[in-house]
This record gives sequence, structure tokens and C-alpha cells, in this order.
Amino acid sequence: MGMYLLKTTAFAAGLALMAGSVAQADEGATLVINEELTIATTAKAPAHLENIDEITSGWIYRTKETQALQMDDFDNPAFVFVDIALDLWNEVDGTEGKSCASCHTDGPEEFAGLTATMPRIDKDGNLETLTEVVNRERVEKMGAKPWKYSKTNMASMTALIGLQSRGMPVNVAIDGAAAPFWERGKELYYTRVGQLDISCSNCHEDNYGVMIRADHLSQGQINGFPTYRLKNAKMNTTHGRFKGCMKNIRAVPYKEGGEEFKAIELYLASRGNGLTVETPSVRN
Amino acid sequence: MKIIIATAVATVLGATVAMAGATKPQDVAFEDGAVAVSVSGTAGDAAVGREVFANRRLGNCLACHVNSDMPELSFHGEVGPPLDGAADRWSEAELRGLVANSKQTFEDTIMPGFYIDTGYFRPLDDFAGIPILNAQQVEDVVAYLLTLKE
Ligand code: HEC
Ligand code: HEC
Repeated sequence: MGMYLLKTTAFAAGLALMAGSVAQADEGATLVINEELTIATTAKAPAHLENIDEITSGWIYRTKETQALQMDDFDNPAFVFVDIALDLWNEVDGTEGKSCASCHTDGPEEFAGLTATMPRIDKDGNLETLTEVVNRERVEKMGAKPWKYSKTNMASMTALIGLQSRGMPVNVAIDGAAAPFWERGKELYYTRVGQLDISCSNCHEDNYGVMIRADHLSQGQINGFPTYRLKNAKMNTTHGRFKGCMKNIRAVPYKEGGEEFKAIELYLASRGNGLTVETPSVRN
Repeated sequence: MKIIIATAVATVLGATVAMAGATKPQDVAFEDGAVAVSVSGTAGDAAVGREVFANRRLGNCLACHVNSDMPELSFHGEVGPPLDGAADRWSEAELRGLVANSKQTFEDTIMPGFYIDTGYFRPLDDFAGIPILNAQQVEDVVAYLLTLKE
């Protein structure tokens, strides 16, 4: 196809045309939080990634205004939810008369590093997400009801726990017992779905860095999750985000907390191995 | 019962008559990616096609393509090449093929096939078994693309 030769020049012209209409952020900006914590928003791709050399945080694709919100915890709207989670941390619930604080006496700080390694394989050989761990504690230790997978209380609690790992490198295990789940996630990532017949990789691997109508496509990394979105003014979970992307391509989303989304979560986390945990991030 | 059946038959006939000239998505004949005859059986309307091109619920072509014929609309996507001068590069039949099912021209492209009703996986119920655009909308978009000359 001779067309492909034309494409590059045509593309450059297109970019020039766009320049005036969208306030693009500086993709080279550095993320420093509270003027003290430097976040690596780019890293060398992990060895298992075949088609990408450099991995990048979703933060670098946002506008300067959105980026700024994540640079100071006083400006970051996600901290309203972190505070909600701190209250929940101390709140007694369930038949055992306990709160998180009853057992975890050192506070949420005890979980520094946990989010950087999630999801992981549990003692029975199943893939478990942080959300499931929180619910297991609620049910088994507190005798309390599990929270809904993506509801505000759960999203806030996983944000509070994730915050304890902020600044640490993402490092999920993909070998051993995790391997079959990882393979499943990878397969789903590259599978085209929906009436539009598009895969996650078509947008987030083949086209990151370009505009898709009003959206600047990122690599779809999850190192900042759960994330506060300006669009809906709440904490958004990974599975909630996957659901949104699937609906946009007119596909029936998999179930939140189901095996498909858990596998995709592991696979996506592994695509970010080497990036820094940014939870709780801010997106548009 | 009889009355209900009679109405049902009438409805089906009505639909058949209206669609008489249209080719079903699965019957569209591609030759090297191109489709020679109108899939609706009638000519397209370029003005309507311009709307279909921009509309987020219809073609949403602007999601992926810059088009300087539409400076009044912001946010032109960059996933595909700009379509300025598309009619200088492609014939009518080639453009029809590109809109109906661009995978016949570009294998593995991200660009959706706009006139296919099978071969995709897990569509939302509202979109199952139907193409993104109907036959006349395909022709309208093709008529519009033919106006994009440099
Ligand atoms: C048609 C394009 C498209 C497809 C297909 C798509 N996404 Fe997205 N996705 C977007 C857009 C646009 C955004 C918002 C901008 C951005 O961060 O890329 C987004 C954002 C995301 C984010 C948030 C990134 C961040 O930093 O906040 C994740 C995670 C994600 N997508 C995962 C997925 C997964 C998993 C799939 C497949 C099930 C998928 N996407 C399919 C377009 C797409
Ligand atoms: C999700 C992205 C996407 C959407 C939506 C999309 N396209 Fe495309 N289109 C592409 C890409 C990418 C290419 C280039 C082929 C390739 O490399 O895969 C392309 C190529 C084309 C070409 C040939 C390129 C040239 O030289 O001019 C035409 C014509 C075209 N598209 C028209 C349309 C029309 C009309 C619509 C809407 C009815 C549309 N496209 C919607 C992504 C898209």
C-alpha cells in the first residue's frame, strides 16, 4: 500500500492543525508531590513487554491543570476520600465488634508496599485483588458485610491503603502460580471486542500519545488507581475504568470482581512494573 | 391470532419493500477492498453524510481523523490519517469499501467496519447483529468523502 508512505506526512500536518485547538500538557514534565516526593512517570519497559520500550504514567498525558492537582495533597480532591477511609478504618462494624484499627494497631502505614504487589496469588492458589483482601477481612475477622466492589467506601479504603505505597516501584509477580492468570489477562488485553471490534491494545499500546477526539490516549497504566476523576467527582476503581472503556467500544463489560477483570488487572499491573505507585491520582 | 399474524406479515413486507435496493452487510461484494455498487441502491447525500461523519453516535469519524473541512468542530482525532484530499487518493468504490469494512483494505486496522453485522464479539445488546451505520448512511458518508478534494 503506497498509502502508508503518505500517512506520515499527512499525520504531521494533522498534528500541526491540532496544536492550536488543544492545550496539551508537557509530556516531559516531572511529577513532584508536596515538593518532596519525586515520582518516576517513565521507566524502562519490563522484559515481558514486546511492543513498547518505555512505560509512562497516565499523569503525563493530562493537561497542566489536571497535573497540578496531583502535585499537592491539599489540592488533590482524592484526599477527601482518603479522609473518609480513615474514619472507616476506625469504625466498628460487624458481629465481632471490631474495626480495622482493632487488629492493625500500627495504622494503615502497616500496609506500605502492599499495593505495589497487587493483585497476587493467595494461599489457595487463586488470584486475589486488594478489594477482595479488604472484603475477606471484613467478613472473616469483623463479621461484617462485604462492601460492593467499586462503591465509595471500598474505593476510598483501597486508596488509603494504596497511598501507603506511594513512591514505591510497582512490582507484581507474574511467574509461578500467577502465570496462568497473567496469560489470561494478556489474551483478553489483545482481544477485540464490541460492535467497534477494538482491543485494549489498539488504543493503549498502538495509539498512546495521540488524540482520540477530545481524549489524549495514555498507555492505560493502573499505577495511580484508584483515581479521582474530575468527570464524575469520585474515586474510580480499575474494574470501573475497564467497564467504561468496554462500553465505549459497545462491548458487554465483564463483571467487576470477576475472573476476566482480575486477570486484566494483573496483566496491566505487570505492564507497569517499574513505574511508581501514584495512588491516589487525579484524571479527567 | 389471525389479525396479529396478518399485521406481522404486512410489517415484514413493508420493511422488504423499503429495503428493496439495499445489499445486506454479509452480501456486500468486495474486490481488493473496494465495493463497486451502492449498498443502499440509491445515491448518497453529501450534506447528510457530513453530519453522519461528525456525529458521535453515528460515524464519529472525527474521533480518529483530522478533517479541515470541519473547522467549526473542535477535537479532531489523530489515530488515523487526516482525510483532507481523501477523494484525490481513493476512488468512489474504494471509499465505499473503506467505510463498509476497512479491514478489507487495511488488515488489522483499528478502524471499525461500519457496515458489518457479524464477526464481532460481546456487542452490547442494543448493537448486536446490526451494523454501526445503515446502508443509506454508508452511501451518504461516501458521497461526503467524495467532496474532500485538495
Ligand atoms: C477506543 C479506545 C479505547 C479502548 C479500546 C480502551 N480504552 Fe482505556 N481509555 C481510553 C481513553 C480515551 C482513556 C482516557 C485517557 C487515557 O488515560 O488514556 C482510557 C483510560 C484508561 C485507563 C486509565 C488510565 C489512567 O492513567 O487513568 C485504563 C486503566 C484503561 N483505559 C484500561 C483499558 C482496558 C483494560 C481496555 C480494554 C478492556 C481499554 N482501556 C480499552 C480509550 C480506550
Ligand atoms: C478508531 C479509529 C478510526 C475511526 C473511528 C475511523 N477511522 Fe478511518 N482510519 C483509521 C486508521 C488508523 C486508518 C489508516 C489505516 C491503518 O493504518 O490502519 C484509517 C483510514 C481511513 C481512510 C483511508 C485513509 C486516507 O488515505 O485517506 C479513510 C478514507 C477513512 N479512514 C475514513 C473513515 C470514515 C469515513 C470514518 C467514519 C465513518 C472513519 N474513517 C472512522 C482509523 C479510524
